[in-house]
Amino acid sequence: MTTLTMTKVPSRAPSGTASWLQRGWRLCLMLVLLVASLGVTHMAVAQADPDREMTTAAPGITADQWRQVRSGETGPNYRDSRHESNYNLINASGETWRILRNRWVSPFGLIAIGGMAAMIALFYFIVGRKYLEEPRTGRKLLRWSLLMRALHWTVATLFITLALTGLNLLLGKFVFRTLFGDAVWAWMIAASKVLHNYLGPIFGVLLVIMLISLIKENIPKKHDWVWFKKGGGMIGKGHVDAGFANGGEKAWYWLLASVGILVVASGFVLDFPNFDQGRDTMQWANIIHAVGALGLTAVSLGHIYIGTLGTEGALEGMTTGYVDETWAKEHHNLWYEAVKDQTVSEEELAARKAGGSGEPSAAKPS
Amino acid sequence: MAQMKFMCDAERCIECNGCVTACKNANDVEWGIQRRRVVTLNDGEADEMSISVACMHCDDAPCMAVCPTDCFYKTDDGIVLHDKDLCIGCGYCLYACPFGAPQFPQQNAFGERGKMDKCTFCAGGPAETKEEEYQKYGSNRIAEGKLPLCAEMCSTKALLAGDAQDVADIFRQRVVHRGHKDGAWSNNPQASTDNLAYDAARKG
Repeated sequence: MTTLTMTKVPSRAPSGTASWLQRGWRLCLMLVLLVASLGVTHMAVAQADPDREMTTAAPGITADQWRQVRSGETGPNYRDSRHESNYNLINASGETWRILRNRWVSPFGLIAIGGMAAMIALFYFIVGRKYLEEPRTGRKLLRWSLLMRALHWTVATLFITLALTGLNLLLGKFVFRTLFGDAVWAWMIAASKVLHNYLGPIFGVLLVIMLISLIKENIPKKHDWVWFKKGGGMIGKGHVDAGFANGGEKAWYWLLASVGILVVASGFVLDFPNFDQGRDTMQWANIIHAVGALGLTAVSLGHIYIGTLGTEGALEGMTTGYVDETWAKEHHNLWYEAVKDQTVSEEELAARKAGGSGEPSAAKPS
Repeated sequence: MAQMKFMCDAERCIECNGCVTACKNANDVEWGIQRRRVVTLNDGEADEMSISVACMHCDDAPCMAVCPTDCFYKTDDGIVLHDKDLCIGCGYCLYACPFGAPQFPQQNAFGERGKMDKCTFCAGGPAETKEEEYQKYGSNRIAEGKLPLCAEMCSTKALLAGDAQDVADIFRQRVVHRGHKDGAWSNNPQASTDNLAYDAARKG
């Protein structure tokens, strides 16, 4: 190949004897090389074939390059003609996200929530409601101040709204689109997204405020461990010790303080794309958000059941703010022991309300 | 029934961005959105390579699978289209899409992104009137018996559009002519030139 190209090189214009001599010498060399090259004529002829030349002219795209593309790798000399060029050629993690969301989070989230609801229903029909063992004394204890009740119900309403709209975003299309048709569905899903995105941050802020204001009552104590071992009093005889918050309530508190905060944080990542966080960040934020939120929704069913239907005398604490002395003694004995001198009779309470002397703060151990 | 596919022959693409411009022009695409993009790998190096990418109208489209509103649908020609009236701009299609095809006109707080926009294979979208269709989705060249303008205007014919079989035939001829054993594809036997609808995620 080398020899062939050399013969084609045009000689420079002669200038004087020296160059003539040089040229003669060069010619000799060329002749020698030409003779030598006869041995490789076959190869040389093949190389001259234009079709074959084409194959070697441009470097082909190698399998390695396609592997580079597939891996989602970019490198310093990566160019994208689009103005936001922070996306690689292939979104390699997109399929992982899709599988996690569609094959794991969606069905198992539904199983978790449905399973929890079924378990609670089963528990209700077999064990039934937890009634007060002694008759009510008629004397009341202030458990939740107006501010705490307002905070609780605001957070609760937001939680339920977010749970329902979130579930609609995850699973609604399998039910409501075929059920109601496109016109209603379009409105429904658009409202879900707007509610979820605008109420979410409010929920996050209020949750943090609620967690801070309740932290003192929820610091784990030794008796909480006993409370758990005895299943909150269901295993074995007699009452289990509990302060202002029992073991179960504390577990719910710390679940909200950990998973709840994680859900809020990942929600902020998803809700504010204006900070230019990438696709990959949002994929992970979405998985954390969905898993955490579905788990909390499932557990919240337990909290709602115990606070309303499951326990006699519990709901009135969060609605009126006051609980009966008997309820306090049976469910929160340590708290009762500390605050039993602060009980008020129903008449006194009515008089206080009529007098409009405002809300006293919740009974706290002095 | 055709199975419409795009294919970009990376050995021919010269990153002239003609396809990007043609698309913008044919579909009157909103400011800030570019339905087609040209990506160059190893720019300036010996193994530089460019490829034009847009929605690839996947057989098993991830956008369709993850959309919370179920606004995507597939035409009889295998083109993936979406209904902008149903779209809520959640961005999930963008998380899932392997090609970065879905784009949003905005990127504001509280997930306000506007309606998703992507390549329609020049097949428009669901609308009451032609004007509405053009305004929302761009031109419907398929209805006029024409192929997407990006591929039609590609100066080196690197970008091919049409029925998967036709595109595969053209590409196979090129590969044979180039003398490559496996063309531009990897050594994966399943990713043959006869099977453009090959799903890499199946990892066969």
